[in-house]
Amino acid sequence: MKHNELETKNELQEKSLFDKTVGRRSFLQYAGAGAAGIALVAAGCKKDRGYDNPTMGGATLDFKDDFGVLNYAYALEQLEAAFYIKVASAPPASFTAAQKAYFQDIQFHEIAHREFFKAALSTAAIGSLEVDFSSIDFTSSASVLGAAMAFEDLGVAAYNGAGPRIKNGTYLLLAGKIVSVEARHAAYVRDLISNGSFADLNSLAPLGANNAAGLDAALTPDKVLAIAGKYIKTKINVINL
Amino acid sequence: MNIVNILEEIEKVDGEIYERLNPRRAAMKSFFNMGKKISLAAMPLALGSMFQKAYGQTALPAAVVDVLNFALSLEYLEYHFYNHCIVGKTPGSAVTDVTFNFPNAASQAAITTIRDHEKAHVDLLIGALGSSARAPIAYADTDFRAGGTFSTVYSDYGTFLAVAQGFEDTGVRAYKGQAGNLLVSPGVLQTALQIHSVEARHASHIRQMRTAAGTAIYKPWVSLGASGQANDSGVPQVDAVYAGEDLTVQAGANIVGLGGNAGITKAVAVESFDEPLDKASVITIANLFLKDGKKLS
Repeated sequence: MKHNELETKNELQEKSLFDKTVGRRSFLQYAGAGAAGIALVAAGCKKDRGYDNPTMGGATLDFKDDFGVLNYAYALEQLEAAFYIKVASAPPASFTAAQKAYFQDIQFHEIAHREFFKAALSTAAIGSLEVDFSSIDFTSSASVLGAAMAFEDLGVAAYNGAGPRIKNGTYLLLAGKIVSVEARHAAYVRDLISNGSFADLNSLAPLGANNAAGLDAALTPDKVLAIAGKYIKTKINVINL
Repeated sequence: MNIVNILEEIEKVDGEIYERLNPRRAAMKSFFNMGKKISLAAMPLALGSMFQKAYGQTALPAAVVDVLNFALSLEYLEYHFYNHCIVGKTPGSAVTDVTFNFPNAASQAAITTIRDHEKAHVDLLIGALGSSARAPIAYADTDFRAGGTFSTVYSDYGTFLAVAQGFEDTGVRAYKGQAGNLLVSPGVLQTALQIHSVEARHASHIRQMRTAAGTAIYKPWVSLGASGQANDSGVPQVDAVYAGEDLTVQAGANIVGLGGNAGITKAVAVESFDEPLDKASVITIANLFLKDGKKLS
């Protein structure tokens, strides 16, 4: 009995949380509440009763509207920010002063992107993701640069691939304002690894680039998340993709 | 890229799309068969040719045509700017006015790479526009010395790179400024975004080349100018290229110090978001490099 009461109470808390979410959605010209999607999220959290703790219930990206796309971007920016914070706090010994300075810059760019999405999404934002960088050797310049390149190229592919999903012109423009900065990062990191590889579209073909057409990477969210998954501990549920 | 989506979007503005496609069933069939064989990345090219076949002499939606022709004009300009340089540095070339020397093979290779991408963009846009494509811009139609403002553009490597940076940063802003006009056409939007980020990669590299070539430092991303002005290029003649790049408020959120992060300074806030440029402003910049009678309107 006690258990049931607890669960009911918890559901109520969740409900109020979602009500706020819906309010925010209508602010952003969202039409239709999409009860099915919400039920799915609730089902995902109920077991752990830990909506506050995203590592227990996971984060749900619901792509039925622009919110899903913005939260998707928020997730990727969280990942990038966490990576660069770690690099900037203790750069590989072989990093030059200029490299340290630019990685510091990039760190703050990614923090700015993360904080922007958090502020813009407000109560509709997913929680903080727990990252897993165990595959990266932060003392090795090669390992750090390789990971940075992977993150930046994947970021470009993600924004490019998600752009056509965005319905609101304001959000599309904001994504556009960010993706070109990610592309500038990507080119910089690539040139550190191998000068002249800033836009090696052949090497980006696995991410959807096309050298013959002069087109950069573009991947759908499912493919991006499959690649990013190895760096994210939090379970990410994708619905309505 | 979702072809069904694209067809649905076109149906909104052209209810006869399926009828148009139908008489050309053979073309559609071969397109779909080809789609199985070619990579997803090659789809935009294939789509361009498919729509050309389907529409025959009929134009794409006017707003989309306008955006693509505007983009095509800019790509022609960029292509000729780099191509003239690369042709001029080819031994035995008839082009003799490119008198600066590249400092090393890597820099010439980078400019060649960028030239090749701009050519690919020109070809891609011509393919997508079909008979709606604007008249070609020839090198003879251009004036990269901008009436004397950049008189040393092909005799001084530093000036060449400075103008290149202006072209690339303008290109990034121009595509960004048109993205909203392509919402009606997700397939075209996807392709435009893929060009947009390539231009940003170019801009990043050109900025690094400028830093390598001299004593001043140009960040790979657009930062604040030395005196806090929007133009960080060190070239006041291109102020128009950077007008408004110093925006620090995004969708109502003041980015400086956002979330209690003191590290997000004004410069960081400026660097973190690239700004769009409206069509009229881009045309004003582009027309500096086009001869009278050839200017964009």
